[in-house]
Amino acid sequence: MSTTIINPGKSFDFKWLQLLFAFLEGDRLVKATSSLVRQLLIPLAALGLFLMLWSAGAASVTTSLGQLPGPAQVWDQGVQLYQEHQAERQKEVAFYQRQEQRNQAKLAKNPDAEVKVRPYTGKPTFLDQIATSLVTVATGFIIASLIAIPIGIICGMSATLYRAINPLIQLFKPVSPLAWLPIVTMVVSAVYISDEPMFDKAFITSAITVTLCCIWPTIINTTVGVSSIDRDLINVSRVLRLGWLTKTIKIVIPSSIPMMFAGLRLSLGIGWMVLIAAEMLAQNPGLGKFVWDEFQNGSSNSLSRIMVAVLVIGCLGFILDRGMLLLQRWATWDRNAVLR
Amino acid sequence: MNNYLSLENISITFATDNGPLNVLDDVSLKVDQGEFISLIGHSGCGKSTVLNIVAGLLNATTGGVLLENREVTEPGPDRAVVFQNHSLLPWLSVYDNVRLAVDQVFGKQKSRQERHEWTLHNLELVHMGHAIERRPDEISGGMKQRVGIARALAMEPKVLLMDEPFGALDSLTRTHMQDSLMEIQGELNNTVIMITHDVDEAVLLSDRIVMMTNGPSATIGEILAIELERPRLRLQLADDPTYNHYRAEVLRFLHDRHAQPDVPTGKPAKTPEVAAEAPAEERPARLKLATG
Ligand SMILES: Nc1ncnc2c1ncn2[C@@H]1O[C@H](COP(=O)(O)OP(=O)(O)OP(=O)(O)O)[C@@H](O)[C@H]1O
Ligand SMILES: [Mg+2]
Repeated sequence: MSTTIINPGKSFDFKWLQLLFAFLEGDRLVKATSSLVRQLLIPLAALGLFLMLWSAGAASVTTSLGQLPGPAQVWDQGVQLYQEHQAERQKEVAFYQRQEQRNQAKLAKNPDAEVKVRPYTGKPTFLDQIATSLVTVATGFIIASLIAIPIGIICGMSATLYRAINPLIQLFKPVSPLAWLPIVTMVVSAVYISDEPMFDKAFITSAITVTLCCIWPTIINTTVGVSSIDRDLINVSRVLRLGWLTKTIKIVIPSSIPMMFAGLRLSLGIGWMVLIAAEMLAQNPGLGKFVWDEFQNGSSNSLSRIMVAVLVIGCLGFILDRGMLLLQRWATWDRNAVLR
Repeated sequence: MNNYLSLENISITFATDNGPLNVLDDVSLKVDQGEFISLIGHSGCGKSTVLNIVAGLLNATTGGVLLENREVTEPGPDRAVVFQNHSLLPWLSVYDNVRLAVDQVFGKQKSRQERHEWTLHNLELVHMGHAIERRPDEISGGMKQRVGIARALAMEPKVLLMDEPFGALDSLTRTHMQDSLMEIQGELNNTVIMITHDVDEAVLLSDRIVMMTNGPSATIGEILAIELERPRLRLQLADDPTYNHYRAEVLRFLHDRHAQPDVPTGKPAKTPEVAAEAPAEERPARLKLATG
């Protein structure tokens, strides 16, 4: 029986309507259809409405860069950006082919000739920027997790340490990435000095800024998770005389995993937001820089391209969050917990 | 009396926000090997505290516990505890919960195969051999408690400590569990201290019932030796005058001599006998009600 169908026949006493609804209600199809409506059609309708409002609203705003772009222009620019990417790739392939040919010719003339292989130095495309951003956020997030989880576990296990560290956590947690950035930039320039740097300085600066901002939720959640272990479970480990390490591995960590993953998910969300801001401000490669460059560029297409970037940032953030949710579901033993 | 386990003049005082709270005062008890002791008393009198001191989870303020003439200073698998709310690790399967204990206790003495068999053996003992791969949240309360008992038994403890092991179960499941426990006890002859709120359970299972006075400063008020032959059969005992006499003795202690002043009927859920009782003028009538 589908309960979501309103049966107007009863209130208006239209016999034929009643019959129709009874017929429909008896049908399994109705159930499937109504769940399809709820799952797909409603979000799609909302999306359509949003697009309509957007194009109507955009048409009435004129900026110094021209009309605010509507969905159609943004879509065009999205396609354009992809094509630019492909063109750039073809150029790159062609470049390496030419270089290869030249070197072959050189070697044919004189086998001892010194051949140089120069890397292609094209402008990074939109897709390259996306990849850079993803790598940077992943690096920052992984560093943050590697630091935050052990700290959280230790703080959760020792009330004294927690009291010592808590003020620091509370102090640094609300600091904006924009405030960290200058310090991080200076420190990285001062400390990371190497003749053959393995990583770009800008990359390190962005990653560390991400780390600094997204470390806190994981620390706090892990601490709470660890410190709220059921006392009885601790007693079990005492009766069994589990060693410190066994206790941590077998009892403390598994029991705090749900909280830990909740923290990690928050952290990744924050990290992604922070990264875009950091890239924008520090001119570090990535989506943030793309947005900033387009803004500076100020062509008639710029606004559309920025909007493409905004949508991509949103989609990627959503995908990252879903990924973490899947991981969280997989890692959580508490089947009763509702994760969304 | 072989003084297998002895509680010597145990007192314990907790520091609370309202000043020190003397919970136990001079509790002494000697337990023989293979003896089944029930600890009964009103809620909050300090039964769990006694058990935790024997387990080594709490330290007595004065006095101490001797097991085979050695003082108990810390918790250990020789005094396995079955907790009231089962305390299984929810992320481990039934098998792994027991196996964790087996590995910890016999990791050096037994081979991997032996440990596997010992784990299965103990699960079979509590009739849980059919559900070893399930997680605790996939089995019923009674089954969880069985696994908790299997885990404790698997440690081959010198003393098995049980804190209201069946308190959270419905009465039908509880009867099954009591029968299982009697069966296991008949086989293994463990030394057991069990806390209970259930008078029938105490009389049915115990060799001696230790009745505690009300707190604060609770102590042992009376010890009742139950001299009923084993194996004991629930249905036969129901009409047995000796059995009913023991029952009445415990009830008299709990509800006449040490009735809880502020909560006259105790916790209804935990002491259904009391809830069913009407305020009686004379004792015989009351006993009939209580035993009927
Ligand atoms: N760690 C503690 N700190 C302070 N007071 C405590 C502590 N542990 C127990 N108590 C107090 O000691 C008294 C006895 O507690 P205990 O848990 O032993 O009672 P109990 O007889 O097991 O009760 P129940 O039947 O309800 O389980 C209670 O008044 C309790 O408040
Ligand atoms: Mg208790």
